[in-house]
Amino acid sequence: MNLHEYQAKALFGDFGVEVPAGRVIDDAATVTHALSELGGERWVIKAQVHAGGRGKSGGVKLAGNKTEALDTVSAMLGTRLVTYQTDDRGQPVNQVLIEQPCEIARELYLGAVVDRALRRVVVMASTEGGVEVEKVAAETPEKILRTAIDPMAGLQPYQCRQLGFGLNLEGDQLKQFTRLLTGLTRLFVEKDLSLLEINPLVVTADGRLLCIDAKINIDDNALYRHPELEALRDITQEDARENRAKQWDLNYIALDGDIGCMVNGAGLAMATMDLIKLHGGNPANFLDVGGTATRDRVAEAFKIILSDDNVKGVLVNIFGGIVRCDMIAEGIVGAVEEVGIQVPVVVRLEGNNADRGLSILAQSGLAIITAKGLKEAAEKVVAAVRTSG
Amino acid sequence: MSVLVDKDTRVICQGFTGKQGTFHSEQAIAYGTRMVGGITPGKGGQTHLELPVFNTVRDAVHETAADASVIYVPAPFCKDAILEAVDGGIKLIVCITEGIPTLDMLEVNNIVRQAGVRLIGPNCPGIITPGACKIGIMPGAIHMPGSVGVVSRSGTLTYEAVKQSTDLGFGQSTCIGIGGDPLPGTTFVDCLELFEQDPQTRAILMVGEIGGSAEEEAAEFIKHHVTKPVVAYIAGVTAPKGKRMGHAGAIITGGKGTAAEKYAALENAGVTTVKSPAEMGNALKDILPG
Repeated sequence: MNLHEYQAKALFGDFGVEVPAGRVIDDAATVTHALSELGGERWVIKAQVHAGGRGKSGGVKLAGNKTEALDTVSAMLGTRLVTYQTDDRGQPVNQVLIEQPCEIARELYLGAVVDRALRRVVVMASTEGGVEVEKVAAETPEKILRTAIDPMAGLQPYQCRQLGFGLNLEGDQLKQFTRLLTGLTRLFVEKDLSLLEINPLVVTADGRLLCIDAKINIDDNALYRHPELEALRDITQEDARENRAKQWDLNYIALDGDIGCMVNGAGLAMATMDLIKLHGGNPANFLDVGGTATRDRVAEAFKIILSDDNVKGVLVNIFGGIVRCDMIAEGIVGAVEEVGIQVPVVVRLEGNNADRGLSILAQSGLAIITAKGLKEAAEKVVAAVRTSG
Repeated sequence: MSVLVDKDTRVICQGFTGKQGTFHSEQAIAYGTRMVGGITPGKGGQTHLELPVFNTVRDAVHETAADASVIYVPAPFCKDAILEAVDGGIKLIVCITEGIPTLDMLEVNNIVRQAGVRLIGPNCPGIITPGACKIGIMPGAIHMPGSVGVVSRSGTLTYEAVKQSTDLGFGQSTCIGIGGDPLPGTTFVDCLELFEQDPQTRAILMVGEIGGSAEEEAAEFIKHHVTKPVVAYIAGVTAPKGKRMGHAGAIITGGKGTAAEKYAALENAGVTTVKSPAEMGNALKDILPG
């Protein structure tokens, strides 16, 4: 789960990490009040969306007076922001964060992730802040400093010093950096984060360290023990179909092709998408229907797949392991009848009682095309979509 | 021969009397796995599936001399269950459960490795040596004793690989589902090392997917340490960046972890790669004549 910048900054504050004073508003009528609370004469106005690259896309603007601030907020709220990280429709801007600008001397980068190869939380820091860190990593990897945290010992002061000196910090900034890093790594572990990023972390003209931006991803598997974070979920930033699928314990991700897929198992679901592509088609989605493909779940899965108007055909690919394929076939027949599907449906069943399952489908009187084997299934659905399209 | 489990492996089940534990223990017993008991705290002294139930892993190991444990407890309790198994003296832990917090597994992995215990999973189908020992949720019937070592991050895609190698008559030495989580207890490299040393294994079939760098590490290991032929398939060529494809570990982050990178690394290490999941068995045919 992702947090908004303002939510992440509030968490930073809880862990003793300094962020600029700010106000979040969702209504332009409250701008004047927010500005007088904040004080100052110039303000930075930042669209709150779950996507990076806001600065280059008009999602971060500087206002030199109150009228400009009001105009900027009014222009942002209620629109959709398109950045290089979003799709063509962009993300809705329902809230903006207003902050006082600061005099920036240097822009640094600071991040933390779970490193899968090291099995450690790894902190990354770079003097090259304010730009895409992926680009720095690709072009000048030596400019990214790393340190891995031992899960038993926790972050040690020497690690802060290593990074701090590497960032050319001096004097009191080193102390500030140690405090900041200690707070952030504590936040990472206590709140089960999977990613934390501050880009840029700035050194202000008067020598302070300040987190100008904040990005946090939380491990979905750990949300059960952080109801206070779950409460911060903003579903307007998420895909409606993906959320609807989640309510049914289905895993759905929309793609831009025209062949809908319903598969049991995440690996096989990805493999099915690849197979469709390999045979000249384009998958419309990823969908893992799970181990128990019951009638209700299959029916809901069909509804979600078909809510995408681009879908011209559906491939159902089930490997019945311990679950019997004849039971799955009955579920599919029931679901197809219930949903009233107008596009060609190809079903491939493999495993336990597969032949009986296929004959149930063939005798159902429904326009279900059966297939045996992965290759045949892909060929049949690609052909069916070409003919119908 | 086989790797990690055989007909003498003595298996207990944590979460024994629950729905999953009961169903899959029944299946394992029917397959011929030497199940020797199970653990459900508070139900010690009872009998379930004609086997003794214990309150703690320590009790179970003491009474049954179990050396392996399979875990079906819900995700919030898995860290505790795995660490209890380590403490109880279990040498092989198989954790089937999906949805364990990553930072739980980070701590668990460090402890398990220090203790010299083998953990398979979590979020995996388990491990099977066909005809001898099935620990996990895989369908026993598609397996056949034979010569191919199978290692995979996926469940049903593993069954696909197994079925193809059975249909072509090769069969499997052992199949290890290492699971779809970002921090698995056992990695491709661990399994490659085991299969390389196992005389029954004549070829290795590995099934990878997007996310992380485990396949790249496997490629590096194969280049220097594996003499047996390896076939690899990687799922997720069409997966979009930044989206988690069902498995917690299947995500392309910062442009890293793509199927293309993994294929390139494996091909560079001399691995036979297939681009279609339908061709995994046929690729074995080319490198394992007869």
